[in-house]
Amino acid sequence: MAALVEISGLKKYFNTSGGLLHAVDDINMKFEEGTTMGVVGESGCGKSTLGRTIIHLQEPTGGRMFYKGKDITKVNSLQLAELRKEMQIIFQDPFSSLNPRFTVEDTLKEVLLRSGDVTRKTLSGEIERLMDLVGISQRLRMAYPHEMDGGRRQRVAIGRALAINPKFIVCDEPVSALDVSIQAQVLNLLKDLQSEYKLTYMFVTHDLSVVRFISDHISVMYLGQLVETSGSKELFAKPIHPYTKALLSAIPVANVHKERKRIILKGELSNPVNPKPGCRFAPRCPYAQEECGRPQELKEIMPGHFVSCCRAAELNGDF
Amino acid sequence: MDENSFLSVKDLVVEYTSNKETIHAVNGVSFELEKGKTLGLVGETGAGKTSIAKSILRILPNPPAKVRNGEIWFEGEDLMQVEESEMRKIRGRKISMIFQDPMTSLNPTMRVANQIADGIRRHDGCSKKEALHKAADMLEVVGIPKSRARDYPHQFSGGMKQRVIIAIALACEPDLILADEPTSALDVTIQAQVLEMMDELKSQRGTSMILITHDLGIVAETCDNVAIIYAGQIVEYGDKYEIFDNPSHPYTIGLFGSLPDMESDEERLHPMSGMMPNPTDLPKGCKFYPRCPHAADACAEAEIPLTHLEGTHTCRCLKAGRLNETEN
Repeated sequence: MAALVEISGLKKYFNTSGGLLHAVDDINMKFEEGTTMGVVGESGCGKSTLGRTIIHLQEPTGGRMFYKGKDITKVNSLQLAELRKEMQIIFQDPFSSLNPRFTVEDTLKEVLLRSGDVTRKTLSGEIERLMDLVGISQRLRMAYPHEMDGGRRQRVAIGRALAINPKFIVCDEPVSALDVSIQAQVLNLLKDLQSEYKLTYMFVTHDLSVVRFISDHISVMYLGQLVETSGSKELFAKPIHPYTKALLSAIPVANVHKERKRIILKGELSNPVNPKPGCRFAPRCPYAQEECGRPQELKEIMPGHFVSCCRAAELNGDF
Repeated sequence: MDENSFLSVKDLVVEYTSNKETIHAVNGVSFELEKGKTLGLVGETGAGKTSIAKSILRILPNPPAKVRNGEIWFEGEDLMQVEESEMRKIRGRKISMIFQDPMTSLNPTMRVANQIADGIRRHDGCSKKEALHKAADMLEVVGIPKSRARDYPHQFSGGMKQRVIIAIALACEPDLILADEPTSALDVTIQAQVLEMMDELKSQRGTSMILITHDLGIVAETCDNVAIIYAGQIVEYGDKYEIFDNPSHPYTIGLFGSLPDMESDEERLHPMSGMMPNPTDLPKGCKFYPRCPHAADACAEAEIPLTHLEGTHTCRCLKAGRLNETEN
């Protein structure tokens, strides 16, 4: 099956005073229709930049991107407008991503009218449908963002993203600004919408318990590069890369009877400006050796499970 | 309640008032803390957790905040009654606070060592040189090389800033630390580093701690006792085994239901519906009543008393311990 969205060798560099910042460095990824790809990593690993580059909020520095098999790496403004109907984004912070001077109705109206599929006649009904869809009661139709709490605002943002029936949605930390009980409501909503409309999500987050819940596949990023990618359950059951292992072991688990061994990493993310060749995790890695200074390759160690670590086989025995 | 215990908070009531309305932030909170133990205050945004901690240090901004009622007994003294000059000697020396946001709680124009030395000089009365020396030692304790003592906050990453804040809080070896979401602004691997460091320092020095968090995972790993806070009230209290093995208040059960379970493959989460009530207009009886799946008429009539379950386990629910009899 051809993937809905595919990126190959995608790069996004930023010019900084210190040199080239490699935010996204040579990433390959496939998004199958109707599934969720979770992208995890710590602040500054490039996961948000990756999402924003895929939907052309930023232009890539190198590499290629495909949508339904069509090359979308370079698009003109007309093609971009078409693409936006297919690909949408939900931002992290519902406090800053909604126009504070727009009511719920204004927000949805703006998108609907621009889509071209909705006329002034059908507009009102369409707004009603969207509000029901994302679970905002009709009495809030004239409410401004400041009159709503974070959970409702995020629902409005989800409604806005869905207004033009997109196929692919980048969810950039959509629940991390919300309290747990509200977070759970929004996660359930995203799952329901996915099964109803066969949506494809790229779910960017730093919260590993959330990503396990929502994703079919997970990619772990470290300093702009992919270190491991596999099916969601498999990744949690059998993490291979030392960074993935440390990341998973660091999640505090709400279980008082389980004694867990936390792998405490030394140091912090190094600087993604002019990185050296070789494994970028090596400076913090408890297993780093000389050979880690050479460029690493993403290898398929089991069907669908890719790891970028030259010592993977040696450290994990036979897979 | 025992006035001789290490820390004992009795019937604390905090309100925030403006011209128009009164926000009932803390509504009769009582708890005790033993020396060397860690108490977790768990609840969502706006539950009143931070107001409780700030009341203990008497640093609530007044106005708009006002402590309407309550006693806070700390090492045999009611902090509500002591003179402000006395209180200043307690802050930092005996009780200190770690604030949530490492980005805003440091002074951007001061070198980090000077910020740590400030408290040491005030309380120890030592020379500036000595204080700076101790400050550099404190940096080492929290895992920052001494060579960075003369750096400014903007030269540090988030995790290191939070370490500096912890160093400030620990500098005078306080007996009690109030930690307000000390790691929620940090990445998980950095969070793990900071939590482990705090654990070590706590066990070395026998420091007591009140840990404010919304993360039940952190509670499971670091706390001895847990108080679940909802709308300014403790709705459930117990040691961590009692709370995690036998959550009894419908709100606590809802909190656990909202967490994706790392070990099961459930397709849906089970959050509670609705949201926290408006703190200017709280329901008369149980504050959780409008969202509660077990609510009955009696729940809305009057304040719900705490029901004692087992050991230290108490629960503010009329159906405490009997939830399963009617449903399921």
